Amino acid sequence: MTPRQEQTVRLPLTGDSPLEAPAAWETLRSGCPVATAELPSGDTAAYLTRYADVKNVLADPRFARPAATDPGAARVAPDGAGGPAADADGSVAIPDRGEGHQRWRRRVGKYFTAKRMTALRPGMTAMAESLVDAMVERGGPADLKASLGFPLPVFVICEILGVPAEHRERFSHWSDAFLNVTRFTAEQTRTAQAEFTRYMEAHVAAVRADPGDDLLGMLVRDGGAEEDGGPSDEELAATGMGLLVAGHETTANMIGKMTALLLADRSRWERLVADPALVRTAVDEALRFDANSGFGIRRYLTEDIEIDGRPLPSGTTVVCAMPAANRDERMFPDAASMDLTRSPNPHLAFGAGPHACLGQALARTELQVALEVLLRRLPTLRLAVPAGELHRLEGLLVGGLREVPVVWEESAA
Amino acid sequence: MNIGVDTTRCCGAGQCVLIAPDVFDQREEDGIVELLDATPGEALHPAVREAAAVCPGAAITVREPS
Repeated sequence: MTPRQEQTVRLPLTGDSPLEAPAAWETLRSGCPVATAELPSGDTAAYLTRYADVKNVLADPRFARPAATDPGAARVAPDGAGGPAADADGSVAIPDRGEGHQRWRRRVGKYFTAKRMTALRPGMTAMAESLVDAMVERGGPADLKASLGFPLPVFVICEILGVPAEHRERFSHWSDAFLNVTRFTAEQTRTAQAEFTRYMEAHVAAVRADPGDDLLGMLVRDGGAEEDGGPSDEELAATGMGLLVAGHETTANMIGKMTALLLADRSRWERLVADPALVRTAVDEALRFDANSGFGIRRYLTEDIEIDGRPLPSGTTVVCAMPAANRDERMFPDAASMDLTRSPNPHLAFGAGPHACLGQALARTELQVALEVLLRRLPTLRLAVPAGELHRLEGLLVGGLREVPVVWEESAA
Repeated sequence: MNIGVDTTRCCGAGQCVLIAPDVFDQREEDGIVELLDATPGEALHPAVREAAAVCPGAAITVREPS
């Protein structure tokens, strides 16, 4: 057995290129599975890189994301510059622990069933097709992320919230500001939050007056008025905020990274063009293989535990490095290779346990739709720059590529 | 093959329904797993095993005949 060493790493860890895994992950998994990590805030946390450890902590119902009131909890960024996604401050009215969390989750979860997401599929396909058509009309080279990755998920979220199409641009901007640790100042993030809150107040009032078939309409119809135990205005607005924070930039970046990963070795793309039935497993393999998804998910320990022989006292913040766990050879044979047919693929890109991504059926559907439409409309698609020249997005909690420049054969489009 | 589901562990991810829709569904009222067929035919076994393996709540148990 390799001797265990105490190691301190500074987050985020980065690979040589944005599509590559940081070399430190393998070193940590084999020699120091419970390392000490320093976050951008300067606070420290325990850093887990093995599949089994990451999954166990994520799935442990005793532990949740650190709240502002948790003594000594590690913050992501200094001075609240991380925005609502990083701070988990009191402005987010969604219960994130215990029974309250489960009740909220089940109320909202009924909207995100696999069947309902499948029903949204034709609408999503039409949106993706019109975005790709517009990109083709403008001509190549184009930025796939700006043309398809960024707009598609925010259009879908606006649809789910019952927000009219003409307000989609505003939602894009707010979503960006909520998640950005370094590009927006704390002041700009607060302004975006205030604008979003004002917008949602008016929108929620309109939904209460005439609840539609969208998510908020469903919550109002199911729950009734607040005094009858239904959702409060704050809860409805926070649900909208939660969807943007959790579902926009993550999916936008993943569409870009998935396409870049598949085009970086063009034999992958050609295989999918020849056999589009592989789209389902290819999407999950791209999720597993993504080395640039942010530094992980935090959990705050409210009890003493021990992981791999290292005692972790109550009050410790743990960072679960899902992308490192997703490349753990102990779980995935040939983990360093992208296998478009990998099955089963129990990757942790969406977390695990009671806090696993609520919108994962939505995200999978969007990714599958984006890929299907690209394969069908632009089989000649390729990267316009060498994969090594792609640039990592700076400053986001959610990792991504700044741009995904692509070209295609005009006559074939 | 005999299948069991633990609704208290289910997090409503819907992976099982996407992979094996003849065996699993999600309840209309809260999106939690609903078992349609505890002893599906052999043709469905690979899909059921995959659904159990990827379930993020580890809510599906599969007992194989020994």
